[in-house]
Amino acid sequence: MKYKDYYKILGVARDAGQDEIKRAYRKLARKYHPDVSKESNAEENFKDVGEAYEVLSDPEKRSAYDQLGSNWKAGQEFKPPPGWDSAYSFHEDLGHGGIFSDFFESLFGHGFGVPRGAVHESRRVSDRYARVEIDLEDAYTGATRTITFQLPEVDGQGRLHVRERTLNIKIPKGVKEGQYIRLANQGGAGAKGAATGDLYLEVRFRPHRLYRVDGRDVLLDVPIAPWEAALGAKISVPTPAGTVEVKIPEGSGSGKKLRLRGRGIPGNPPGDLYVVLEIAVPPARDGRARELFKTMEKELRFNPREKLGVY
Amino acid sequence: MGSILDEDQTLTLQELCEVCGTQSSWILELVQEGVVEPMGQQQSEWQFSASCLPRVHTALRLSRDLGVNLAGAALALQLLDEIDKLQARVQMLSRCYDFEQD
Repeated sequence: MKYKDYYKILGVARDAGQDEIKRAYRKLARKYHPDVSKESNAEENFKDVGEAYEVLSDPEKRSAYDQLGSNWKAGQEFKPPPGWDSAYSFHEDLGHGGIFSDFFESLFGHGFGVPRGAVHESRRVSDRYARVEIDLEDAYTGATRTITFQLPEVDGQGRLHVRERTLNIKIPKGVKEGQYIRLANQGGAGAKGAATGDLYLEVRFRPHRLYRVDGRDVLLDVPIAPWEAALGAKISVPTPAGTVEVKIPEGSGSGKKLRLRGRGIPGNPPGDLYVVLEIAVPPARDGRARELFKTMEKELRFNPREKLGVY
Repeated sequence: MGSILDEDQTLTLQELCEVCGTQSSWILELVQEGVVEPMGQQQSEWQFSASCLPRVHTALRLSRDLGVNLAGAALALQLLDEIDKLQARVQMLSRCYDFEQD
């Protein structure tokens, strides 16, 4: 197992006082709480911070930890020194969700995991939440995906482990970002008495190369040639459900949005797909293109900045 | 397997308490704070939409893990919603790709 540098995790010096440690913990707990932070490793950081605080805020544990010496580097391979008394077996209410790393448990034994400051009693500890990222196309057609996540579980001796689970889930067609998929009884096993909970997966879309998503609406930036904008045209555009023909009205300007009804994410009602036009200018450094542009400049009376009051 | 958490499914106060493993007094506070809004007039008639479960769970976790009281959790939920909306809008307004002319 790897050594964990609790001081580094909290960002405090080895001789930091209790107040400083508590402040550092509170700030980082707020920062990394999985409901607050959208980062993918938020939960892991949150656990690390809680564990660091658990050790450094308790004078006994802290001095035991300090005895390991300050020469260890975070991530280094670690074994407790010989003679280490892990009759530091804490069968107490360890807060912070009660799940600790192997490193912690090798030093301090197994804690009985009951969340600190539990608001309620026979909590269904085992409803779990996870976030799952899917591709936009999956929402159009529905899909089956394999996802891996971690679930805390209580074993026969009442100890909490974190178990990695892999599940095959069906993404329903028409799902939108922020919706939850509920898988009955797929949550972790409950602590004594509590029923196996449900698993709630929050759906997020992977950022797409082409499309932006707003609810069920989808936006696509489409460049067009100046003559297409001026004269109108029929062009092909991609959509998550296949290529579509779109008519550009003559006299279109940059930023103009063309609505393709019903081509957003399916649903009741389905979303729309908006084509956002952007005029792309062909390079005119030399050759025929330059000639033509120069001709237009000379022969067309066109002042796009007229409304600004400048010539 | 798996169904989208259906906006149409509802839970009574009792059922909500069971699912969340919490006392009704706590849920009542959530209602007072406006974190969840049940349908129905009397407490005995209350129906909570199943889609409120994630919010209730978040409020639970915030109060448990960060020591936030319910008024604070309500504020946090509101601000988190706002952040979500703003992030979506930022994503909408920013370009997702540039056309390189070669």
